[in-house]
Amino acid sequence: MGEGRQVGKGTKVRALVCTIIGTVIAVYILFPFFLVLLNAFKNQASIVANPIGFAGSSVAQLRTNLSAVVNNPNFSFWFAFGTSTVITVISLILLAVLGAMAAWVISRNNKKKWSIAIYMIFIASMIIPFQVVMLPLISTFRDVGKFVGINLLQSIPGIVFAYCGFGGAMTVFILAGFIKGVPYDLEEAAAIDGCSPEGTFFRVILPLLKPVITTVTILNGMWIWNDYLLPSLMLGQNGKVKTLPVAVQAFVGSYVKQWDLILTAALLAILPMIIIFLIAQKQIMDGMIEGAVKG
Amino acid sequence: MENTLNKLLSPILLVVGLAQVVIALVMDIAGSKSEIRGAMLVLGIVLFFIGLYLVPTQKHHRKIVYVIFLFPLLFTFAVTVIIPLVLGICYSFTDWTGIKFSNVVGLSNYTTMFKDPAFIWSILITFIFVALNMILINLIGFLLALLCTSGLKGGGFFRASYFLPNLIGGIVLGYIWQFVFNNVAIKMTNNISWLVQSKTALMAIVVVYIWQYGGYIMLIYITGLTQIPGDVLEAARIDGANPVQTLFKVKIPMIASTFTICTFLTLTNAFKQFDVNMALTNGAGSVPDFMGNYLSNGTQMLALNIYNTAISKNNYALGQAKAVFFFIILAIVSLIQVRVSNKKEVEL
Repeated sequence: MGEGRQVGKGTKVRALVCTIIGTVIAVYILFPFFLVLLNAFKNQASIVANPIGFAGSSVAQLRTNLSAVVNNPNFSFWFAFGTSTVITVISLILLAVLGAMAAWVISRNNKKKWSIAIYMIFIASMIIPFQVVMLPLISTFRDVGKFVGINLLQSIPGIVFAYCGFGGAMTVFILAGFIKGVPYDLEEAAAIDGCSPEGTFFRVILPLLKPVITTVTILNGMWIWNDYLLPSLMLGQNGKVKTLPVAVQAFVGSYVKQWDLILTAALLAILPMIIIFLIAQKQIMDGMIEGAVKG
Repeated sequence: MENTLNKLLSPILLVVGLAQVVIALVMDIAGSKSEIRGAMLVLGIVLFFIGLYLVPTQKHHRKIVYVIFLFPLLFTFAVTVIIPLVLGICYSFTDWTGIKFSNVVGLSNYTTMFKDPAFIWSILITFIFVALNMILINLIGFLLALLCTSGLKGGGFFRASYFLPNLIGGIVLGYIWQFVFNNVAIKMTNNISWLVQSKTALMAIVVVYIWQYGGYIMLIYITGLTQIPGDVLEAARIDGANPVQTLFKVKIPMIASTFTICTFLTLTNAFKQFDVNMALTNGAGSVPDFMGNYLSNGTQMLALNIYNTAISKNNYALGQAKAVFFFIILAIVSLIQVRVSNKKEVEL
């Protein structure tokens, strides 16, 4: 009896100590976010004088900062936000559908030599760093675009095309791993009922892939939304079309040390992601874990 | 009824599609600047595939569907990854300017790059950075995972807040931390900013990188730790193992495969590090004497060095050769990873 109570007390003390340590670490980790939020309410002079305290912060100043940033021609927040959203959403839909189609064909022919070859090439390609393909990629897109009369650089379709190419391997790898576990009987039953192969895929297989499509969409979405190098090379630093990270870089480049504006821009840039995280916290964290363990 | 319609429609679409593609290509080759040739090419390809789909055949229908399903992704993959990779390796042996090349120069790009002390410095600090990161992120991630699974109150909140930095892109993160180091930290410590000197600036990059990735690695360790069966821990407790013994003799050996995953994940990610490096220091920093030279790229890691060589200094061939070298390093790391993982699986 007595011993049991002691164990209970020990566990309680330990839990309390752990909670305190955890809180201290959480404060340290969240501190930069707090600083961004706090200083978006101040002007340049108050930020430089006192970056940590509340002195000099006001809602009116936040409004001034916001309108200065949002209407800035180097940043043009709504346009960049819209561009990023369009690029991310279209790429994610295409990657999910085209990836599932390809993964289904590959895993349903997994005894055939061509299927094994494609799968192996996809896996091997995942080690290729972006740096080794980026320079020829730009020149190829420029030359091919000029030749066929489609602008592939500085255009949304071109960048979506590139994301489908770069995200394809990982997407197919994760989806094919899942499809292997879907019983083949299901498809045979559908075929006996007179369903065509494409009908079987869209009506039977695709709905079953929902959980794993969520995973790849989260992994690809985090990457595409935050990606800087590919859009900066393809769209150009000072091009007309800009994604959010490219716009932040262009904005900071033109307003060195203007922390009131830079931090407000940073706040606007991180806000969409944080809102999405608050809504779909569990799915995002589970998706990231799954991607790491399988990838 | 449907079949006869297909019989009619399919050849028409095939022919019209093919004709459009051919006309568009002829216009391209003839040097036409007509606006519609691009749209014609795309439309032609789409029509051709619809025609192919409607081919009235029972026997080959499944094969046709397979081809149509595979084509889009394979095509984008070939154009964005395979072709540039092959071209890139070829370009590294030429005097490519980013637009064209006139001479094959053999290995001279490679010999030039290894004679450049700034590049050697970049390789060196990248390896130091990768090693530091691998150890520290795994250590911190694992400790955070132990903390989060120790039965503290509000575990979900802590998990989410530790993971939060991972959501933000490296460019924005880099600028936020530039502010923290240059404006906040100097006020709090009355010291000069970490970003001023190369050595401390490198440490700053390590700190920011841990801040960004520690929470992610923690999540993976938490998954590993929660997958340890409860009765194993119960048995250890009954046998009188204290928490420290349980940790080293039970928990750590049981999540060995998680350690492998996290080690290689941090390893490859740290190698490719670019965004934070660019936004935080942009590679600046002075090194007074390295191999008898003064260097001004004290914090420039490999990925950023490649980018600057090609884009800022406009030396595409040399940048491409460096990129190929970078690729070889990563390929070796990945091969070791496959070896180690396979070995582990055999042992289990």
